[in-house]
Amino acid sequence: MTATEERANPIGFGRMTRKEDARFVRGRGNYVDDVRLPGMLYGAVLRSPYAHARVVSVDTSGAEAHPKVRAVVTGETLAGLNLAWMPTLSNDVQAVLATDKVRFQGQEVAFVVAEDRYAARDALELIDVEYEPLPPVVDARAALDPDAPVIRDDVEGRTDNHIFDWESGDRASTDEVFAGADVVVSQDMLYPRVHPAPLETCGAVADFDKVTGKLTIWTTTQAPHAHRTLYALVAGLPEHKIRVISPDIGGGFGNKVGIYPGYVCAIVGSILTGKPVKWVEDRSENLMSTSFARDYHMHGEIAATREGKILAVRVKVIADHGAFNGTAQPTKFPAGFFHVFTGSYDLAAAHCEVTGVYTNKAPGGVAYACSFRVTEAVYLVERMVDLLAAELGVDAGDLRLANLLRPEQFPYTCATGWEYDSGDYPRALRVAMDIAGYTELRREQAAKREHGELMGIGISFFTEAVGAGPRKHMDILGLGMADGAELRVHPTGKAVLRISVQTQGQGHETTFAQIVAEELGIPPEDVEVVHGDTDQTPFGLGTYGSRSTPVSGAAASIVSRKVRERARIVASAMLEVAPEDLEWEKGRWFVAGDPGQGRTINEIALAAHSSLELPEGVEGHLDATCVYNPPNLTFPFGAYICVVDVDPGTGQVKVRRFVAVDDCGVRINPMIVEGQVHGGLADGVGMALMQGIAFDTDGNCLGASFMDYLLPTSLECPSWELGETVTPSPHHPLGAKGVGESATVGSPPAVVNAVMDALAPFGVRHADMPLTPANVWRAIQGRPFRTDLAIT
Amino acid sequence: MQITVTVNGQEHTGEVEPRLLLVHFLRDQLSLTGTHWGCDTSNCGACVVWLDGTPVKSCTVLAAMADGRAVRTVEGLERDGELDPVQQGFVNCHGLQCGFCTPGMMLTSRWLLDHVPDPSEAQIREAISGQICRCTGYENIVRAVRWAAEHPGTLVSGGGQPATEEATA
Repeated sequence: MTATEERANPIGFGRMTRKEDARFVRGRGNYVDDVRLPGMLYGAVLRSPYAHARVVSVDTSGAEAHPKVRAVVTGETLAGLNLAWMPTLSNDVQAVLATDKVRFQGQEVAFVVAEDRYAARDALELIDVEYEPLPPVVDARAALDPDAPVIRDDVEGRTDNHIFDWESGDRASTDEVFAGADVVVSQDMLYPRVHPAPLETCGAVADFDKVTGKLTIWTTTQAPHAHRTLYALVAGLPEHKIRVISPDIGGGFGNKVGIYPGYVCAIVGSILTGKPVKWVEDRSENLMSTSFARDYHMHGEIAATREGKILAVRVKVIADHGAFNGTAQPTKFPAGFFHVFTGSYDLAAAHCEVTGVYTNKAPGGVAYACSFRVTEAVYLVERMVDLLAAELGVDAGDLRLANLLRPEQFPYTCATGWEYDSGDYPRALRVAMDIAGYTELRREQAAKREHGELMGIGISFFTEAVGAGPRKHMDILGLGMADGAELRVHPTGKAVLRISVQTQGQGHETTFAQIVAEELGIPPEDVEVVHGDTDQTPFGLGTYGSRSTPVSGAAASIVSRKVRERARIVASAMLEVAPEDLEWEKGRWFVAGDPGQGRTINEIALAAHSSLELPEGVEGHLDATCVYNPPNLTFPFGAYICVVDVDPGTGQVKVRRFVAVDDCGVRINPMIVEGQVHGGLADGVGMALMQGIAFDTDGNCLGASFMDYLLPTSLECPSWELGETVTPSPHHPLGAKGVGESATVGSPPAVVNAVMDALAPFGVRHADMPLTPANVWRAIQGRPFRTDLAIT
Repeated sequence: MQITVTVNGQEHTGEVEPRLLLVHFLRDQLSLTGTHWGCDTSNCGACVVWLDGTPVKSCTVLAAMADGRAVRTVEGLERDGELDPVQQGFVNCHGLQCGFCTPGMMLTSRWLLDHVPDPSEAQIREAISGQICRCTGYENIVRAVRWAAEHPGTLVSGGGQPATEEATA
């Protein structure tokens, strides 16, 4: 479609600039740190310098004597309020402020409330904490050693650092396939600990009104309703007296799903002082203490025939969950959706075992655009396929084309039980290979190798599993993962849509207006989208795991269709015909066979609020509500090709090209979809080459600032080359699938496969992310190092 | 200590602690919250403003150092209700998502275009390389700056409009 044609049809789906941009480009966004209330005080958190230590004493007298300090809160204070510990999203507990021990470097120990943010920081220096250092558990692979220090001795009877064992797939049949396979390839690989690092750190402004008993909290949350329920559970406040407002959010990427001790401290600070209290963490606090991601130590195996038919995949994982199990996973799935490691191939069998362990590191475990650990799953299987191709001596692209699921196999139930809804995988890969000029690239690579130049071409093909989820199977702390929507059309035909999901940059105010526009035929500018305020929106679980379009997008569509049906009845009264004699065209009901006789949504809206006599049983006004419980996840997919050049002298990797072909079903606003993909690709390049949070033997976090934790800039990112195919989801009312995380999930293996391909002349099979110059250089020397520990 | 700073053409005199950072002076004392605070270490550039016509990271500039000098923030990009071409370019080309890095990115871009009116992609990438965007993968920021270079006259809209494929794809 040309730009001119698009311009002529502004109603509904299509490229449309974002409504929210008007405020952002003027510097008039309203982020949490922009909230300023009369009499507001500022909080700051004192954090542990030790990874593991007993807290002997906390002397706050110096801080209390500071003239600008209004309150000092310790674990002891909180214990008196029964708030020293709070539930995590995984049925564990986490210390709000330490009482007995500190269990990771950066853990919250005390909270100061003062008249300004500088004074609050000053007062932290005046708190005297005596620690008795304990040996830390830093290496996840040694966490279950019999002599490992026990981290969670707060739990009675606990004698080790074991959290859970979980498995999926059929072990016996998988073992059988492996036993009979011609070729078996295995590899240990680490998906290192990374941090989502949204540019806005986490924070909150808590305002407790003693008179009304109402708590209002402006906070960086991707899930305002879930947070409200959790605050009710944690603080014992009545839920109807809690209002959670998630204003503009400066990026989330999963970092803002959980509840952090700082939020709870801000609430306590407001209750104690009777004033609003703002707490905003700095970058080091964000990197050291809030939800990290990944940290999966995996052993993968792949079985195939000599001719290259992939038969089975088997995985064992040690999952490092840090000091508290704070991962945000649906209850039944402690390893998230990792069992979609079956990938995009027709496997006869598959099996995985995951063991979760505690270590003296920050808690978390799911975050960073991962679709509930699909990132780790895709990385595992796509690395294994490349290793298999190397073993068989075949081209990695050909091996994939020969083994990808075929379109006629959908809906396809994989060996671990997921039902993939729709797909045409070979087509997507061919489109990507065409854009990349794959054959020519291989020719160029061969020529370069002649001269000792290191060029690599990496492919990854991913199947995502997003849109959690069917409430029968998926809940977080008992809250089913369904989402609500409410739509009200005012008498003049302008509409307000209220949704339970919360944008952190995804452009919901535009996309959701387009959904209503598409369904009702009114211009998107006539639809106001309200979100991020629990007092103004229906209940739902929020935005993460690429679930907004699959779940709330469906809710917005269905609620619009309900309104459309109501409009039909009103129109039938207006036109004095039976509702079944009316037909719909965008924005208008008309009499079948007599298109001149019709009423627009605007006319109908006015009539619905007027004195017009409506059929019996039909209420006036034009509005509807709905709760959408998805029947299945959606399974977007894509084919990515990365081209790198590696400097053999320094180990420096340059991403020369990156081709991404995504299929996320029907695209509501292709411009926004492409923007989501761009961002995810940068994430993937960052994780593959730069980002990684390691720890030294004392448990010191080695990635606690942007000088140590390197994020990709405009110079590390190439100009992304995008393509698309469209395979609608059969069960989503719009045929749409989620897309927010696809590129983050799909791109790291393409980059790593490319670098390993470049290093093939040195006989390098594998090196773990991040593939920093030092790491690549060491791999070339045959001395790769562990990227989760300090370099040795 | 007392300082006088001209911000977006308007003179402000205020009492500040000598250690107060410029970013906090702008945000907390002048309520100009368009300038953001992202990292403390001069790495992210969410806090970029102009100081006497040069982009600086206001998280590592003391307010006292701005005494007697001129600061330009994102709030000073718009002129008489009309968006700067850079602002319009960011809207038209989807150069922002969460909006947190956007003010700093736009101020650097404006500076670049004032000095290099027709920058290449490489020049744009180099100019913004001291700033981090976590959402866009930089692609559409580069396009936005190119758009602004190609449309030096000011325009008047600001989002919620049909987007052209030329600008965004």
